[in-house]
Amino acid sequence: MATETRSAPTVIIQPSRGWVPIKLRELWAHRELLYFLVWRDLKVRYKQTVLGVVWVVIQPLFMMLVFTFLFGTVARIDTDPVPYALFVFVGLLPWNLFAKGLSEGSTSLVANEQLITKVYFPRLILPAAVVISGLVDFAIGFIPLAGIMIYYRYPLVLSPALLALPLLVALIVVAASGIAFWLSAIDARYRDVRYTLTFLTSLWLFATPVVYPLASVPANLRWLYSLNPMTAVVEGFRSSLLGSNWNFDLVTGISMAAVVLLFIGGLFYFRRTEKIFADVV
Amino acid sequence: MTNTVIRVEHLSKRYRLGELEPYQTLRDTIARGVVSSARALRSAFSGQARTNRSPKADGHIWALKDVSFEVKRGEVLGVIGPNGAGKTTLLKILSRITEPTEGRAEIHGSVGSLLGVGTGFHYELTGRENVYLSGAILGMSKREIDEKFEEIVSFAEVSEFMGTPVKHYSDGMRVRLGFSVAAHLEPDVILVDEVLAVGDASFQKKCLGRMDEVSSEGRTVIFVSHDMAAIQNLCDRALALKRGRISASGNPGDVIARYLDSSSGVSMVPLAERTDRRGTGKLRLVGFRISSGINSSDTVQCGAPVNFEISYEGKSPLRNVDIAILFYNQLGTCVLLSSSGFVGRAFEEVPPKGTFVCRFSKFPLVPGTYHLGLSCDTNSIQADDIRDAATIHVVEGDYYGSGKLPPRGYGMFAVPHEWDLA
Repeated sequence: MATETRSAPTVIIQPSRGWVPIKLRELWAHRELLYFLVWRDLKVRYKQTVLGVVWVVIQPLFMMLVFTFLFGTVARIDTDPVPYALFVFVGLLPWNLFAKGLSEGSTSLVANEQLITKVYFPRLILPAAVVISGLVDFAIGFIPLAGIMIYYRYPLVLSPALLALPLLVALIVVAASGIAFWLSAIDARYRDVRYTLTFLTSLWLFATPVVYPLASVPANLRWLYSLNPMTAVVEGFRSSLLGSNWNFDLVTGISMAAVVLLFIGGLFYFRRTEKIFADVV
Repeated sequence: MTNTVIRVEHLSKRYRLGELEPYQTLRDTIARGVVSSARALRSAFSGQARTNRSPKADGHIWALKDVSFEVKRGEVLGVIGPNGAGKTTLLKILSRITEPTEGRAEIHGSVGSLLGVGTGFHYELTGRENVYLSGAILGMSKREIDEKFEEIVSFAEVSEFMGTPVKHYSDGMRVRLGFSVAAHLEPDVILVDEVLAVGDASFQKKCLGRMDEVSSEGRTVIFVSHDMAAIQNLCDRALALKRGRISASGNPGDVIARYLDSSSGVSMVPLAERTDRRGTGKLRLVGFRISSGINSSDTVQCGAPVNFEISYEGKSPLRNVDIAILFYNQLGTCVLLSSSGFVGRAFEEVPPKGTFVCRFSKFPLVPGTYHLGLSCDTNSIQADDIRDAATIHVVEGDYYGSGKLPPRGYGMFAVPHEWDLA
């Protein structure tokens, strides 16, 4: 029987004080649970919808149409030589991955209150699962992208810049989950978080060159943009998929380093407050 | 290898009263911070020392206080106690859902906790999907679930609905499937909270059987329940909690008896002042008395004649009144229901105030302590119902006229019968 071959671990239960270790080994031991939670998110999300997974494609396309009308047709933002629709879609692709992970990840603890109060597992898995399940939607987003590129007959240049894509995706995941670790831990105790999320994400969207090119920003404000890690991500995406220019400067490097620090800080803050989740959520 | 699987030492858990509220907002915390610092400032200026406040006034309660015990390998420990005594808190600490404030516990072996049925179920997903999801959440690996899938489904008796979303299940089916997943966990230590309180009687029986099986396989179980009979039948040892502390521990029978004795204090409140009653209130039971028993007002002798007098008040007209006394034994099982309707005495019309008398010519219950419930219907609608309305002590008596009664533990009643050589 399974129990006999299993080693008998000893669990010590006592009050913890201050900062606690991350316990990577325990996280690793729960990787199947992570898999099942991601799987649940994906299954449930489109289960009761008529169009199902088609929504993953429709949502960004619709956003693209709205932005194309607003900024491409009415406000006439110049994105030459890239057609505006394509320009904004390539920006929305990484942005949506980030925004979804950030907002759903930040409310994931409260959303899973039933689990937190009934069974033990490393709680870090909850925000992580949400961010990871977003990757599937993200991957599907490349299908309409291909369609749009074909529509505009925009050539995909197979340059070494494409190799930057996985790194940029990793950066989004790290940034979104880093913020989600902080905010979900705060949300468990203070529900104020969920009310700030909507305007946090829409403000952030316009503070990132998604619907307009960074080139249109006055030069003396560019450094401010470099502080925003999503600037680098969006610009990087356009550079690798559309062949546009991308300046990787020192401030960009610093903001990326800040993302990593935010992530690590989030991990520790989450672990520190984890013990009270079941009592306050 | 040590034989003690669970060692709990001085375990305590303190809750801030605010934390028991659903949640707090940042605004509240800021407001509280401002108020308390203003208060601190004021007392600093007025030169007053902060007064020592009682723990309750401080906004803290101890859900668990200084609890210590040990459980040996293969032992089944039952935990009883009134609501809010800390039973669930204890299980939550041992299953690492929440941290203790003080003290320490040590568990040797893997732990599985069953604090609810269908933990992790998602109503949109099918039965099959939920078996995997719930199994994974409770700590099973995918391979384990694959292996046990058929067994889980057939135990739950829902095989034909595996492809149906769980939201279309009846409550009973959901509970059965949820329990079945949990019942197939194979940890060294199982923590169970009240789950047997759900489901229909036959499934409950099945669950109890499964628990018995589990403990005979050498697994250690901590079992929290209100079902005294289940505790008595399943547990090797029991623990009673009262306001976060251990009030009794040892042999399940003794612990249950002591717990029921101490908790029956509620019946000391005069019947007329009891507010925990159900029914329309068209008629209220206001007094209970034993007459023609032995001298003491709450003692009855087995085999002796006894009258139970129940006085009432009501609004006339009171028609078709049916009155009943329910006798519960120490295990909380109703052993006798005496109803005016059963014995063919219908009170078609009764005055607005009076006393019903229930007469036994030979009281049949064997010696012991019994808790009485009183219930009254008018026109087949429940008018009043009081649980734990009184406690009576039945003492040894000469039921059979032979001076003999069955020894304790052998039967609940003495009934008239005869023996002959045919």
